[in-house]
Amino acid sequence: MAQENTLAAVTHRSKRRLYRAWILAWRFARRRPLGAAGAVIILVMLAAAALANVISPYEPLATDYGAMLQAPSAAHWLGTDSFGRDVLSRVIYGSRTALFVGFCASFLGATLGAVIGVTSAYFGGKTDLIVQRFMDLLLSFPLIVLALVVVAVLGTGTINVILAIMVPMIPRSALVARSSALSLRETPFIDAARALGFGHRRIIFRHMLPNVMAPYLIMLTAFLGQAILLEASLSFLGLGVAEPVPAWGLMLSGAAVEFAERAPWMAIFPGIAISLSVFAFNLFGDSLRDALDPKLRVG
Amino acid sequence: MGRYILHRVLLMIPTLFGVAALVFLLLRVLPGDIVELKYAGSGTFAPKQAIEREKAQLGLDKPLWRQFVDWIGGIVRLDFGTSMWTGRPISHEVAIRLELSLELALMATLVAVLLSVPLGTLAALRQDSWLDYFVRLFSIAGLAIPSFWLGIMIILVFIIFFHWLPPLTFTSFWVSPRANLTQLIWPALAVGYRYSAVATRMTRSAVLEVLREDYIRTARAKGLWEKVVLTRHALKNALLPVITVLGLEFAFLVGGLVVTEQVFNLNGIGKLFVEAISQRDYTMVQSLVLLTSFVFIFVNFLVDLLNAWLDPRIRYQ
Repeated sequence: MAQENTLAAVTHRSKRRLYRAWILAWRFARRRPLGAAGAVIILVMLAAAALANVISPYEPLATDYGAMLQAPSAAHWLGTDSFGRDVLSRVIYGSRTALFVGFCASFLGATLGAVIGVTSAYFGGKTDLIVQRFMDLLLSFPLIVLALVVVAVLGTGTINVILAIMVPMIPRSALVARSSALSLRETPFIDAARALGFGHRRIIFRHMLPNVMAPYLIMLTAFLGQAILLEASLSFLGLGVAEPVPAWGLMLSGAAVEFAERAPWMAIFPGIAISLSVFAFNLFGDSLRDALDPKLRVG
Repeated sequence: MGRYILHRVLLMIPTLFGVAALVFLLLRVLPGDIVELKYAGSGTFAPKQAIEREKAQLGLDKPLWRQFVDWIGGIVRLDFGTSMWTGRPISHEVAIRLELSLELALMATLVAVLLSVPLGTLAALRQDSWLDYFVRLFSIAGLAIPSFWLGIMIILVFIIFFHWLPPLTFTSFWVSPRANLTQLIWPALAVGYRYSAVATRMTRSAVLEVLREDYIRTARAKGLWEKVVLTRHALKNALLPVITVLGLEFAFLVGGLVVTEQVFNLNGIGKLFVEAISQRDYTMVQSLVLLTSFVFIFVNFLVDLLNAWLDPRIRYQ
C-alpha cells in the first residue's frame, strides 16, 4: 500500500514535471519562432541519427559498381557516389558522426572549461593567475590551428577528432565560467558553505558550478555548431574521421570535386547537411542565449 | 602612445615563448616520429643503423631541452631550421608561398568589409523591413555554410555552366594582375563571405545603437544632410566595434585559408600546414604554428591600437 502510494506520487510528480517542461518549450517556441525552427531541425537530425539503420534505404558502406555516379532517381533519391554507394544513406549515417563528435567535443570542452574556470575563480590569487595565463596562452592560437596541432600529435580517427575539437573550446569556456564565478565567490551563501566547514571540492561542485549553469548551457549550444563545422573541416582535409566512416566532410573531399561535372549531387547534398545542421544549432543557441541571459554574448 | 606600444610589444614576447614551448612539448612527447614514417612509406626494410643515423642528422637523438634550446636559439636569429621532410630551409618553403596566402587573406578581408559595412548599415537604416530580414538571414547563413563547400559550389557552377576551371598554377600579381585576380577572387569570396557574417551583424547593431544617440538627433536638428549625418557622425562611430570584431574573427580567416587553399588547389601556407601535419614534419608544424599565432597576436594588437587611435576616450594603460 505504502509502496503503491509512493509510486503514484512519483509518477504524478514526473507527469507534472513533464507538463511543466512542455509549457516551457511551448512558451519558448511562441516567443522565439526562429529558435524553435532550429530546435525542430535538431530533433529531425537526432531522429535520423538514432534511426539511421531503419530509415536509410541502403547500407552506407555497400558498394555497387553497377550503379556508380548515378543521378538522383527513385531508387537513389540523392544519387550514388563514385563507388556506387547511396548518397542519401551516407548523409543519414553521417548525421551520427556529426552529432556524436559535436556533442562529445562540446560537452567535454564546455564542462572541463567550466570546472577549470570556476575552480580558478574560487581559489583566486596565485592559482587563478597561473591558470589564467595558461588559458590566455591557449587562446593565442586560432581555433583551427590548435585543433590541427592536436591532430598532428594524436593522429586521425573519431576519438582523436573529439579531443582535437575539445581542446580549443576549453579556454573559451573557462573564460566565461570564471567571470560569472568571480562575483559568485563573494556571495553570502558561499561564505555560509565555507563557514559550515565544507571542503573545497564540495563547494566548487555542489554550490558554485550549479550557479553558472546559464552561461554554461549558452556556451554548450554555441559550441555545438562550431564543433560540427570544425569536424567537417578536419574530415574534409583528411585530418579528421577516417574513411569507411560516413562523415559529411569526408564525403566532400577528393572524389566530390573530381567528379563535380559528372556527379554534382555528390558535392551538393553533404554540404547542405552540414550547413543546415550548423544553421539549426546557431539559431537555437542564439535564441537560448536571449532567453536565458540577454546580457551574455558568446562569440 | 609610444610607451603603450612598447609595453604591448614587450608583452608579446613571453606569450610567443609560451606558444613555442607548448607546441614543442606537444609535438615531441608522443612517439611515432618522422624517420620511421619515411621508411614505412618507402616500403623498404630499414636497418636500425640507418634510422639512427638519420635521427642524428635531424637532431632527434639529442635530449629534449637541447632540441628546444637549439630551435629557440635559431628563431631568435630568424633561422627556422630545415623541414624534416624535404630537407629545405623552412624560411624558403614559407617565403615562396607567403605571397599567395597574404594576398588571399587581404582580398578576403576586403571582401568581408565590402560586404559587411554596406549591408549592415542598410539593414540598420531599414530596420525590420524585408531588406533587414534578408541581410540577417544572409549573415546567419554565412556562419553556417562551410567556406570549403562554398568554394566547391563556386567551382561546380564554373565547370557546369562555363566549362571553366580555375587554373592550377599560381600567377603572381606582378606578372599578370588580371590572371592573378581572376584566379584569387573566387577563393577570396568563399573565405570572405564567412568572415563577413559576424561583422555584418555587428555593423547592424552598432549603427542601430549609434543612431539613437543624442548627437545624431542634434546633427539632424541643425539641418544637416542625412548623408552627412550618416557618414560623418554615425558610421564613424559605428565602425569601432566592427573593426574589433574583424580582428577577433581573424581566426576564421586562418581556418578559411587552410581549407580553401585545399579546395582551389592553391599552394599556400594553409596547404603547406596540412601537408606538414600528415607527414609529421615537426619542425615545419612548429614554425607554422608559431607564425600563425604571431600574426594572430599581432593583428589583435593592431586592432587595439586602431581602436585607441580612432576613439580618444580609450586610454592607454
